[in-house]
Amino acid sequence: MAPLLSEDLEAAVRAGRPAVLATAIAGGAVGAKLLVTAGDRPESGPTVRADGWPDRALEAAVRRDATAALTPAATGTRRYGREGRLDGDDHTVFFEAFAPPPRMIIVGAVDFSAALARVAKVLGFRVTVCDARPAFATTARFPAADEVVVDWPDRHLAAVGAALGPRDAVCVLTHDAKFDVPAVVAALATDVGYLGAMGSRRTTEDRARRLRDAGVDDADLARLMAPIGLDLGARTPEETAVAICAEVIAHQTGRAVPSLRASDGPIHGLPG
Amino acid sequence: MQDLLDDLRRWRRAGTRVALARVVDVDGSAPRPAGAAMAVSEHGEVAGSVSGGCVEGAVVTTALEVLESGERRVVTFGYSDDEAFAVGLTCGGTVHVFVEPFDW
Repeated sequence: MAPLLSEDLEAAVRAGRPAVLATAIAGGAVGAKLLVTAGDRPESGPTVRADGWPDRALEAAVRRDATAALTPAATGTRRYGREGRLDGDDHTVFFEAFAPPPRMIIVGAVDFSAALARVAKVLGFRVTVCDARPAFATTARFPAADEVVVDWPDRHLAAVGAALGPRDAVCVLTHDAKFDVPAVVAALATDVGYLGAMGSRRTTEDRARRLRDAGVDDADLARLMAPIGLDLGARTPEETAVAICAEVIAHQTGRAVPSLRASDGPIHGLPG
Repeated sequence: MQDLLDDLRRWRRAGTRVALARVVDVDGSAPRPAGAAMAVSEHGEVAGSVSGGCVEGAVVTTALEVLESGERRVVTFGYSDDEAFAVGLTCGGTVHVFVEPFDW
């Protein structure tokens, strides 16, 4: 027996392949469905499965719009005239996009990374912790991470960088110039949406100088949120993780928020 | 409805009849965006949500009706001049919810 349409959808979501499900919700053929799933590889092209569309021209229009809604993932309704024309409202179709979870790559296997991995998981990120030191980069230390990679962070970022996009984040928590300068340079070579680096104000100034020496220009330096996180006065690794994740959210929504980068006071709140 | 896939599969395997309610459109301030979804089994079990808790009770009623009749439809909740909209969102927004049997 052929799998149900919902089983095809589920298989695509599990495999991390983008999908769009279109459903006719008003106008005629209510309940008709069209599922577009992205191919395994970019060159293989999407797969389409349609069920219940008596109007072939409408089905063709929905197929076109569902394919367009794969990237960037777009959920919403559209109205169509007869035969899929755009100037009528005979039919209403709901398009729901299913995108694989956004990724967060945490550079540095430190205690702050463990807390950040936990908070990022709550927000739905697929979390990777990367550090070159096998004694520190272990799954036992980062049980919340989906993946713990023992590798030089710049090499790992170069390997996976092509897959990073506006929804993804790279958080550099090493506060060690030896690791974080090459990692930031490698992250800047990607289209990652959020890039932040941890460190005191002095570390941040020192890192900016080293980055400039490494050929990073002002425009690229402006992409780097450092010191990383909102100015919440965070004290513990967990509070710091919340400050970082809140900044990631604000970055995506485009809200003006008090980032540590824009202030000059002490980073950690005083008790009492 | 991505977060409902596990529940939907469990019910499908158990042969349980389920209605699926999905937010397809929102006007004004609404707690959950289009794509938020809730599933209601024939036994009245609920997974997911379509608002901040304001209209879930009414959606369960609609979902059970849809399971009974098999008729797919859009229901609207929110402020309106129409007296028929007895259930509202305290935030003042409007949500349009498509309810259908999960038979696909």
